Amino acid sequence: MSERSERSRRGRPILDVRDLRVHYSTPHGDVIAVNGVSFSVAEGETLGLVGESGSGKSTVAMGVLRLTSPPGRVVGGSVSVKGEDILAMPEAALRRRRWRELALVPQGSMNSLNPVLRVRDQIRDVIETHEGKQPRRRLKERVLRLLDLVNLPARVYDLYPHELSGGMKQRICIAMAIALEPSLIIADEPTSALDVVVQRTVAQTLLTVKAELGSSMVLIGHDMALQAQLVDRIAVMYAGNIVEIGPVRDLFRHPHHPYTRHLIASIPSIRERKPLVVKDLRRPDPRTPRPTPALSEVSTGHFAAIPEAGDEGVVISHA
Amino acid sequence: MAGITLTQQASGQRQATSPWLNPKLVAGLVMVALVLVLTLIGLILWDVTLARAASSPLNLPPFWVPGGTMAHPLGTESSGRDLLALLIVGGPMTLQVGLIVGITSMVIGIVLGFAAGYLGGAVDAVIRTLSDTALTIPSLAILIVISAYVRQMDVTTMSLIVALLAWAGPTRVIRAQVLSMREQGYVRMARLTALPTPHIMFREMMPNLLPYLAASFIGSASGGILAAVGLEALGLGPQRIPTLGMTVSQAIQGSAILRGMWWWWGTPTIVLMVIFIGLFLVAIGLDEVVNPRLRGVRG
Amino acid sequence: MRGLSLGYVIRRVGMFFFTIWASATVMFFIPRLAPGDPVSAMVTRLTSQAGRVEGSAALITAWRQRFGLDDPLLVQYLRYLRGMLTFDFGYSLAQFPTEVGAMVGRAMPWTIGLLLISTVLTFLAGTLIGALMAWRRTPRLLRWFLPVSLTFTAIPFYILGIVLVYVFVFALGLFPVSGGYRNDLTPGFDFAFINSVIQHGTLPAMSIVLASMGFWALGMRGMMVTVAGEDYLTLARAKGLRPLDVLFRYEVRNAILPQVTALVLGLGGIVGGTVLVEYLFGYPGMGALLYQGITNSDFTVIQGIVFILILTTVTAVLIVDLIYPLLDPRITYERR
Repeated sequence: MSERSERSRRGRPILDVRDLRVHYSTPHGDVIAVNGVSFSVAEGETLGLVGESGSGKSTVAMGVLRLTSPPGRVVGGSVSVKGEDILAMPEAALRRRRWRELALVPQGSMNSLNPVLRVRDQIRDVIETHEGKQPRRRLKERVLRLLDLVNLPARVYDLYPHELSGGMKQRICIAMAIALEPSLIIADEPTSALDVVVQRTVAQTLLTVKAELGSSMVLIGHDMALQAQLVDRIAVMYAGNIVEIGPVRDLFRHPHHPYTRHLIASIPSIRERKPLVVKDLRRPDPRTPRPTPALSEVSTGHFAAIPEAGDEGVVISHA
Repeated sequence: MAGITLTQQASGQRQATSPWLNPKLVAGLVMVALVLVLTLIGLILWDVTLARAASSPLNLPPFWVPGGTMAHPLGTESSGRDLLALLIVGGPMTLQVGLIVGITSMVIGIVLGFAAGYLGGAVDAVIRTLSDTALTIPSLAILIVISAYVRQMDVTTMSLIVALLAWAGPTRVIRAQVLSMREQGYVRMARLTALPTPHIMFREMMPNLLPYLAASFIGSASGGILAAVGLEALGLGPQRIPTLGMTVSQAIQGSAILRGMWWWWGTPTIVLMVIFIGLFLVAIGLDEVVNPRLRGVRG
Repeated sequence: MRGLSLGYVIRRVGMFFFTIWASATVMFFIPRLAPGDPVSAMVTRLTSQAGRVEGSAALITAWRQRFGLDDPLLVQYLRYLRGMLTFDFGYSLAQFPTEVGAMVGRAMPWTIGLLLISTVLTFLAGTLIGALMAWRRTPRLLRWFLPVSLTFTAIPFYILGIVLVYVFVFALGLFPVSGGYRNDLTPGFDFAFINSVIQHGTLPAMSIVLASMGFWALGMRGMMVTVAGEDYLTLARAKGLRPLDVLFRYEVRNAILPQVTALVLGLGGIVGGTVLVEYLFGYPGMGALLYQGITNSDFTVIQGIVFILILTTVTAVLIVDLIYPLLDPRITYERR
């Protein structure tokens, strides 16, 4: 398919997701949360994954990390990190690659730090698990350097999570994610629960350290405006599928899919007062198997699913 | 693609499985009901005067053991009482202890729990301190002191004494629930619209409290029976009334275990176990009703 | 501000003294609420048991004086409180002139030992079972075995003890019937004595452990399920920590916190159960002494033992409460 040609242009990707499918089992049958999602992330690249809540973007993240927990389960597809299939790997082999190869910055809304361990112990955990025991002194220096990288004062080293603010906790998570200089960072709505000012600084921190390490990143979020400033390419998810993917500038200038247009149009602007039209994009039934929409290249590296005439799945609605 | 919306689909397929039909809950209720029904049938069919001392031959084994007789199918004990008659009389009495303790401690728990959780402030501080105190001290110890001074012990007196110390648990649970509910939208709304307090308490809050009330009722009932069995074991129970605990206690004092008279201590023990296990199943069943996350875990 | 905050310690220690004072007061006033007084109550009991006590009226007067029952209530109360706080419980009524303090002192090590060992075992075994029940890596075979052990939970210590005596003493003859050690041995730190103590203590401890283990297992399972949904657990897995590290440092470490709180609330029940188990096994601890006191209507003995039982429990609670903030760093900030 056309994604293939894109791959050859960019060389071997760090992350390559092919036809990922995740279902949630419920007493009333499976809900298809991710319906055959494919994308890849090149070295040093930041890919934005956007979509409304429930579109499956976080489920993709968990699937890529092989952390899908019941009732969810991965029913198909492959996730390759540096050419090795994460989903097919034995658990022990995967565990050793975790965090070195792919790290996670969890949702800002989450309570992701262990409440009974000090900050220092939670960062040391990853270092010592993957690199073995180390002299206390060196370890401390290293942790302090990490804290410095994310603009945290050295005193947080000895603190417990409940003694930190939301923004600080999120910086700790970032410090933790970069501790082993991973090839790929998955940031799952890292700023969603923070207030607007903190959001910006945390996002900035994330980008700075990422640039310093040269890691690739998948940045998941629903804030199109924030994404526009942070990512190289953007993938738009809708109802379990990627409906459009392309370079961020191109995608903002020439959005093809109606849902993409809808997302861009809903970015508030200070110059014009737009009417808040929530257009009824028809949603496919989440339990009925449906084909993965085919993407076609609309311009260089920019792919979009074009709703066929009479397709009820997505109704073109935007003026 | 089919354009059915999510809500239509879900309502079309949803089975009306009430969480109250929890298998553990049902099994437990059946066990307790079984004890009650069988003993009630026994009251009609069997001669309960055989539960009096010297009404039967001494130390007979059950009928299926050589030496046993169908006249006393479960055997007799050392003072000439028929075990079957003892069980038939004792079973409901033991359940009665549970019922009295459960109801009494629940009523106290509801009053104090609502007062503490709803009024807050100093009232809350006092009630919380008292119930925490009551929970930490070994209640059996206090019960022993009280019972030691009661001259004529009967089932109701014993139950009330036990209930006197069983209120702390329900109070704590109800207070915690009232406290968390008070901050929830619908109660706040009701308060804002200036509905009368009793209305808020009984119409808005009570229904949501039901599973917790049921759980703490069961907890107190089974704790009450447990405490009663303890008092009886120490010889502080109603001496002339054959509750199950009294029968076991007398069997132990009569060295029934070492004399090999297993039916003397064994049969009331089995009935007690059925009651305790039944109540226990009801309790964990209710727990799963309240906390649906537990349901998914096997084992 | 880390670890124990002063305010927290003061609150807990205050609670400790309040509980002791409250229960001592209850114990003082209960007998006085009953018609008559402790002495005539005892004589009545003696009369009902022995038929008739020679010169009971004179006896009552003499005893009333000896126990100062004719003094004003407040004087009695203060004297009583002082006695309790200095562990001076007076003389045994039935075994005059043995001091209650001495009787309790002999029995106490047995009870404390039994309680300590069985509580620790129970807590550890129960918590571990509960953790394994909820852990997703637990082998299936184990999963089936565990709920069976829970069934014991529903059965009171005392009833379970009876079954154990029947099976292990009467039917199998594996353990001695009663007592704390073989009578022909002199207590000391030699193998024979210690071995005998262990032999005698196994069944009492076993009935406590088996009967209460499931309670902890159940609570732990519930908490493990709750913790399993926490985000820090997902992150711990994403970090690629070793499964056992995740289990102990993340899951168990958090799930165990309410267990410790439950221990505080459950201790009283364990102490009560231990009294009954001791009585059943004729163990030379306070339970057996208490039973003796009850059958002899020896109120000073009952009072002394009950006070010590309460003191033991409340002290244990205090210790757990003071250790708790070390397990849960949040506790000194939030009120429980």
